[in-house]
Amino acid sequence: MTVETAPMATGTLIASRSKQDIQARIAKRYAAERRFRAYGVSAILFGILFLVALFSTILVRGYSAFTQSAFTLDVNLDAGAFGSSSPPTESDLLMADYTKLANRALFQVLGVDPANRADAKAAAALLSANADTQIRKAVLADPSLIGKSVQLTLLAHGNVDSLMKGQFDRNIPEGRRQLSDKQLAWLDKAAEAGFLAKHFNTGLFTYGASSKPETAGVGVALVGSLYMMLIVLLFAVPLGVAAAVYLEEFAPKNFLTDTIEVNINNLAAVPSIVFGLLGLAIFINFMGIPRSASLVGGLVLALMTLPTIIIATRAAISAVPPSIREAALGVGASKMQSITHHVLPLAVPGILTGTIIGLAKALGETAPLLMIGMVAFVVEYPKTPIDAATALPVQIYMWATAAERGFVERTAGATLILLAFLVCMNVTAVILRRRYERRW
Amino acid sequence: MSTTILVLIILALGVVGWVLGNWRARTSVNGKTSALHSRPGYYGAYVLLWTTLPALLLLILWSAISPTVVSSMVSSRLPETVLAGPEQTRALTMSTIGMIEKGLSRLSSEELDKTADPATDVKALLLSKGVPLAVNPEPFAVDAARFQLAVKNSSQLLLTASALGLSLFCMAFGFFQVGPKLRSRNAVESVALAGLLGCSMVAILTTLGIVLSMLFESIHFFSMVPITDFLFGTVWDPRFSAAGATNEAGGQFGLLPLLWGTLYISLVALLVAVPVGLFSAVYMSEYASSKIRLTTKPLLEILAGIPTIVYGFFALITFGPLLRDAGALAGLSISATSVLTAGLIMGVMLIPFVSSLSDDIINAVPQSLREGSYGLGATQSETIKRVILPAALPGIVGAILLAASRAIGETMIVVLAAGIAPNLTLNPFEPVTTITVKIVSQLTGDLEFNSPQTLVAFALGLTLFVFTLALNIYALYIVRKYREQYE
Repeated sequence: MTVETAPMATGTLIASRSKQDIQARIAKRYAAERRFRAYGVSAILFGILFLVALFSTILVRGYSAFTQSAFTLDVNLDAGAFGSSSPPTESDLLMADYTKLANRALFQVLGVDPANRADAKAAAALLSANADTQIRKAVLADPSLIGKSVQLTLLAHGNVDSLMKGQFDRNIPEGRRQLSDKQLAWLDKAAEAGFLAKHFNTGLFTYGASSKPETAGVGVALVGSLYMMLIVLLFAVPLGVAAAVYLEEFAPKNFLTDTIEVNINNLAAVPSIVFGLLGLAIFINFMGIPRSASLVGGLVLALMTLPTIIIATRAAISAVPPSIREAALGVGASKMQSITHHVLPLAVPGILTGTIIGLAKALGETAPLLMIGMVAFVVEYPKTPIDAATALPVQIYMWATAAERGFVERTAGATLILLAFLVCMNVTAVILRRRYERRW
Repeated sequence: MSTTILVLIILALGVVGWVLGNWRARTSVNGKTSALHSRPGYYGAYVLLWTTLPALLLLILWSAISPTVVSSMVSSRLPETVLAGPEQTRALTMSTIGMIEKGLSRLSSEELDKTADPATDVKALLLSKGVPLAVNPEPFAVDAARFQLAVKNSSQLLLTASALGLSLFCMAFGFFQVGPKLRSRNAVESVALAGLLGCSMVAILTTLGIVLSMLFESIHFFSMVPITDFLFGTVWDPRFSAAGATNEAGGQFGLLPLLWGTLYISLVALLVAVPVGLFSAVYMSEYASSKIRLTTKPLLEILAGIPTIVYGFFALITFGPLLRDAGALAGLSISATSVLTAGLIMGVMLIPFVSSLSDDIINAVPQSLREGSYGLGATQSETIKRVILPAALPGIVGAILLAASRAIGETMIVVLAAGIAPNLTLNPFEPVTTITVKIVSQLTGDLEFNSPQTLVAFALGLTLFVFTLALNIYALYIVRKYREQYE
């Protein structure tokens, strides 16, 4: 019944409509079509615009972290400051009052009378607390400088740095400002005379954690991240490749294989923080590896990266055509030989690409490292993987929650460094794929 | 001899075994290697495996068992008063003994003899070797430590002797088996295959490790705080100071405010990610030319490659304040860290998860369905809405569930942008907190591993794991079933 009545019903429907109605209906449908397309375009534009906004904000906030204000001063290292013994002993060199030397040099160029206590204090506050360490380092490197006057570049205080970068609002009433009018006058004079200037900030790449923004850097964190990446490479790549070879080439279709596959797929989607809890409970509590050690971090990240590497390797292995395996088997190779001599070498580009992408993911991972105590104030470079260390993203997290304004710029700068690493790694992966990928 | 050196020696012996096996195989056929069953290298590898594997296995077993044996031997010598005491004091005594033993091991043999005399100032002596002790140890502790040191030394000696002996014995065993008839390739390859299987078992071990470690610590936690208080409590207040607390645990550990925060933020995130991700997937798979597809798809996927700490930082310094100021202009009070801030930023992070999976799924819908629809006169958008999306729906639901599981487990964005106040609120402009934020805040800083304040993190982690696992398994099941449908 329905089959017969349906065309008739439509027929009467069409007949009852004027041509105009139909035109209007088509126009409406086309308008809906255009709207739908516009939604699609705007969805993509939304994503891309956000990407642009994210990158440009971080760039704008962070580029200034790559320069740092410093005073270029002639520091007079007169022998009197280094104790009485004629060639000063090592402890004399270590204990000398370098702050006084730095201040004296600064007072001289600013024209401050050291006898005026208030002025002297205000002027001394313009130098970084780290200035003495810088002079000491120069003297220890070359004790023959003693008795001479040397030109040294000494870091300025964080507030001075903000002023030099234009982040400082001079219109705030003096009482609530971190630099007084007098200090501002000195600094303007110094900047004009050229001995206060911005230099490329090498400290950002060499210093460790510090409570003062001007002497805080990502050097120590970079070393920690490097250790962890090495451990990930050392553990995750052999394990992952071996597992992938087994699953792709040898595994019989049985319950065990199914369980392994389900586990790998699940591990790829387990929240990263859970891996951190695993590291805390097993590596630190049960196996007794010290907290904050990059070894623990590396192992946790290796477990997290494992599924990525297994999945990439399996794809690369299954892309090698069966004819190659069969040719090897035909000339008398065993299955294992055909894989190690032929399949794996041909799959290397794919494995490398997967490994680099996995490493890039591991490099940016923060949450599991917070669990295993890598949120530590580490000043010294870690010498072995079991020394206390921190990682680049964790350093970003710690600076992001720090109170001083100087750290905002550092955080964005460190983020730029992290993003630069990630971009390099991903570009390498893309180039590898483009250059060595073979279509069979 | 330390274990590291022992391992190195065994490995060196393995190399010797390889050379010997290789040599014997070659000489057994007078250099005519084609007469051998396998290539000579396999005979070398055969002897190498015999030399190293049994010895290394012994080493691993020994290192796993010996600490337990040593500590039980030592604790059986402790005086009755300590043994009868509570468990904590016994553990404390054992760790003191461990410290003393560490110090004693640095002494010369004459100095060690002197410590047998109770009159010696052991504390000062050990301090000079860099091992500080809190109090002057009791004589029985020093005695026990001396005993422990002696037992450890003889255990290490025994281990060295037996491992090296086993290694040499097995080397000889393997060496004398080498001959032209020995099927060494098969033997070596079956060991290699077992190794490969072992490597793929790591995935199972990891899951097992996650489940067991969290279950174990959670059970520990639930022995202090009743499980119903945790699951159905509406107040989250884990006071860190136990002083003056009314109940034994000294705090309230209600999961509900955290769960609410987690789900609320995830919901906001999905409200952003699903429409945007789905529309971009539809546009890219149905409308865009291949050229546009090739450029926009990687661009969107960059969003998935940005570390979440970067999103969090962006939300903290730019987006949160921006939202707050915009709200102030519109007369709304939006706090800088709020459900909205965290949810919107997380939504952007999830866009590529939704879009690339949906893209795959839409592409898997057979072309014939589209063509049938066009043949009936439908426009492209009508085809998409009435034919393709319904056909792809199960797969898309799977993609959305996977994105939801990401959102629930996401940490760094919410740590920086959601706030830390546990809040059962419907207002999206107020800060809430999530399970992951609380795991982080309970576990950073100095930990004491027996307090409920620390252990609750594992109970939270277990909750999180169970939630995401259920979502993942269900989503993977849907996606897989759907794929098979059209293949």
